[in-house]
Formats: sequence, structure tokens, C-alpha cells
Amino acid sequence: MSIILDHVNYIYDEDTAMAHAALTDVNIKIDAGEFIGLIGHTGSGKSTLIQHMNGLVKPTSGTVYFDGKDISDPEFDRKALRAKVGLVFQYPEHQLFETDCFKDVCFGPKNLGLSQKEVELRAYEALKQVGFDDDYFYQSPFDLSGGQKRRVAIAGVLAMKPEILILDEPTAGLDPKGREDILGLIKKLHDEVGITIILVSHSMDDVADYVGRIIVMNKGKVVFDDVPKEVFRHRQELESIGLAAPQVTYVMQELKASGFDVDIDVTTLDEAKNEILRVFSK
Amino acid sequence: MLRDITLGQYYRTESIIHKLDPRVKIVGTFVFLVAIFMVNNAIGYAIAGLFLAMNIKLSNVPVRFIFRGMRSIFLLLMISVLFNLFLTPGDPMFTVWKIKVTKEGLKLAAKMAVRLVFLITGSSLMTLTTTPNNLTDGLESILKPLKLVHVPVHEISMMMSIALRFIPILLEETDKIMKAQMARCADFESGSIINRAKNMVPLLVPLFISAFRRAMDLAMAMEARCYRGGEGRTKMKPLVYHKEDKVAYVVLVLFLIICVAVGRMKF
Repeated sequence: MSIILDHVNYIYDEDTAMAHAALTDVNIKIDAGEFIGLIGHTGSGKSTLIQHMNGLVKPTSGTVYFDGKDISDPEFDRKALRAKVGLVFQYPEHQLFETDCFKDVCFGPKNLGLSQKEVELRAYEALKQVGFDDDYFYQSPFDLSGGQKRRVAIAGVLAMKPEILILDEPTAGLDPKGREDILGLIKKLHDEVGITIILVSHSMDDVADYVGRIIVMNKGKVVFDDVPKEVFRHRQELESIGLAAPQVTYVMQELKASGFDVDIDVTTLDEAKNEILRVFSK
Repeated sequence: MLRDITLGQYYRTESIIHKLDPRVKIVGTFVFLVAIFMVNNAIGYAIAGLFLAMNIKLSNVPVRFIFRGMRSIFLLLMISVLFNLFLTPGDPMFTVWKIKVTKEGLKLAAKMAVRLVFLITGSSLMTLTTTPNNLTDGLESILKPLKLVHVPVHEISMMMSIALRFIPILLEETDKIMKAQMARCADFESGSIINRAKNMVPLLVPLFISAFRRAMDLAMAMEARCYRGGEGRTKMKPLVYHKEDKVAYVVLVLFLIICVAVGRMKF
């Protein structure tokens, strides 16, 4: 399983005065088992980019390959693609519609034409995977809290058993506790279930602890595509495009500037703690 | 697909038409509509068409953009043309199976098609070149005399402007919801009519919920800023006629006179 974007360009409202390029010459390769953070400021084209990956949007020019096959090909089974590349949109309100949560999660697998038994089995499994409380199974999804709604939305996509799960700002509008819960859940899906994850965010702090690779977008272009450590070295460039390195990076760089011999490449809170303890216990 | 709907949309660009007073444009659209129903011969339609083409040219709105909106009403157009074509009694030209096509029918159908296309193009040109706010101000000002007979003019125009403002928002929302459901393999395009209607439920439920939520938020925001209807409300930018507006009125009157004169001629 792999996704390749080859020289992908996308222009909105192509033949009007409002025409603007949303993506310019994007080349990305995504392999099975990766955990990727897709970072960019609002309007940098990250949402447009992920919609190319499951065929919701067709590139103006360039090609998207899934497992070596061109997804714009009329022969290509786009329905099957959408089951394999699960996309969870930012607002759960955009997809919840059923009278109870369980039925809502059944919607995806039912569209795949599975038997009723299989559909319900998958829905149950998915709701369990996202840590959804049994008590809420038959409640209206509209009565839930923001975090719970998001869980149902993720379960709704998980129930199709995707190989890749793309999440568009899954932590937007959540409190710190809810944020950590959702991110922990996503990490669990990657580590235990083995799903390839693409996490879209505008916050480095969200992704730094979890991902193995960061893709930074600015004005429709890929600016950086590397392991977190390398990306965070470009602190100035990140700031100039309205982003920032994680807070620990700043702390470490300040310490270094004040004359302490710390390793400035640490990216997570735990690493930073160990590093500081190491230096100060000398 | 949804982006094709240009109804009530504003197209941002610089032009003489954009700068005209909204009242001129509302009156102008009305005059144009009256004119195309008054003229009754080919020359009249040619003049109306020319007038419309001139306005489109002056407005700087790309022709392609205007006609993109036409696609969505194509079906309506076809139905009215076909009904006129086949169901008008008169001098038969030729017969296909049991259906007679008459000369009168052909004429009527052509006339209907031209009128409908002009009508829709003309009125969408008004909304394309006028911001919803301006449109409301203009409408309110024109309808002001009706206040004397206790018509809630301000409230009507406020509702209209909100409705216009919400069209693009709800279209965008529909687009997003559609994508979110398509990501879960929803199918909006194939199947029988009944199935397709059923498949709309996952789209309509979130859309209605969101529309209600937005309406409530808006009501709250208006209340928070002490909105209490039109009584004693002043404008930050009152409408004032400029020289161009007066010229436009003269052009409109000329256009109407020509149309009436030509429309009455018999050939």
C-alpha cells in the first residue's frame, strides 16, 4: 500500500477572476505504516491536499497513484479507494446524521455492501477501538460532548477498516484533556492496529510527540518533508510562515544560548526532561 | 457541481455597473423585465439582447461565469420549450407520431426560451454586480412608500439580504457535508429516484441542523448588538445618486421607449 502524488497542481475556480492555486507542484510518497504530521497555516492547502488522497478532488494537473494505479483513471474503483483511505473531516457535525451513534457508525460499512451482521460487528469493533462508552451507543450523536462526537466520527471511518487514516485537525476546539485523549487514541491505532496515519494540524506541539515524519505546507507548496528533528532546526523559516517549533525546542535553544551544554535536537517533553537532568546532574 | 449555482452570488470586480447605485440596478432590472415581455417581434428581442450584452460587457463579469449558472435551470427551460412546442394548437408544420408541431408552437417556444434566458441573465446580472448589503439598502429605499400602509419594509429587506447572504454559505456547507459522507462511501449519483432521495438523508440532516444553528447564532449576535428592527435606524453609508446614476436612468428610459415603440410595430 502506498500513495504517490506526482507533480500535483490544483487551481480553485479555474476560469473565473477568483481563480487561485491551492496546490503547486506537490510531490509526496506515503508508505505503509508511517505516522505523518501534515502542518500548515490556515489556507496553506493542507485540506485540499488530503482530499486528493482519497479521490474527492481531482488534480488540475499531475497524477495521484494508489498502489501504483492512477486514481483519476475512469476504470479505477473510487469507492474501494475511499474505504481504504479513510478521511475524517474536521467537524463531526458534517457527518453525523443518524438517530443514534451505533447506526451512524454503521453507515460507512453499510455503503460497502457488507452483510448486516458484518456491518454491526465492524461498528461495534470501531466504537470499542475509539474507547467509546457502551452507555452512549444508543444515544443521539447530537447530544454528545465535542470529544465524544469526534470519537463517533473517527469510528464511522474506522468501521470501513481503512489502511490509511487521515484526520483533519482532530483536536480543533477540544480542551487539553480531550486533545490528549484523541491524540493518544490515534497513536494507539497506529501502534496496535497498524494503520498508517496522516495527522493534519497547524500546531507543532500536537504532532511533535507522536509522528515520525513532518510535511510542512505553505501557500500550496511543500516546504519541508523530513523527520521532526530536522524540520524543527528551521525555526526561523517556520516562524516566517506563521508556524512555530514545539515549545520544548524553544526552551532548549534558550538554555543553550545561556551557556548550558544541552542537546537542542530534542523534540518531546520526556526527552527534554532527561536531557536537562543529564546536564544539571553533571 | 454545486459551485455552478450562481443564483444570488456576488462577483467581486471593478466596473461601472458595480459602482451604480443599487436603486438604479433594481429599477433597471425591473424595466428590462417589463421590456422583454412587451416586445413581440424579432427586432425587439434583438434590441433587448443587445442592451443585455452591453451591460454584461460593461460589468466585467466573464460571460462564461454568467452562463455557468444557466446550466442548473436548463431542465426548466427545456420543459417550458417542449410544452409550448407540442401543445400549441394551430397550423401544423409536421407530425411526429401523434404529436403535432405547429408554426405557432414553434414561434411561441422560441419566444419563451429567449424570454426565460433574458430574464434569468438580466436578474442574475443584478445580483452578480451588487453586494447583498447594497441590494437590501436599495430595495428598502425603493419600497419605503409602502411603509405608509404598514408593510414592514425594513424587516422584509433584512430577511432578503440574510437569505442572499446565506446562499453561498449553505452551498459551501453542502459541499463539505457531501464530501464527508462521500468519504464514508455515500453515493449521491446513481440508483433509482427513490433510492437517490433516500441517499439524500445523510446530506440533509446535517445541513438542516447547521442551518438552524447558524440562524440561532445570527439572531443572538444581532440581539447582542441591540438590533430591534428598522425604527429610528440610521445608515452609515446613505444612498446618494451620482452623475452616472442619472445617466443610467436616462439610458433606461430611452431603452424602454425604444422597446415599446418597436414592440408595437407590425411587420
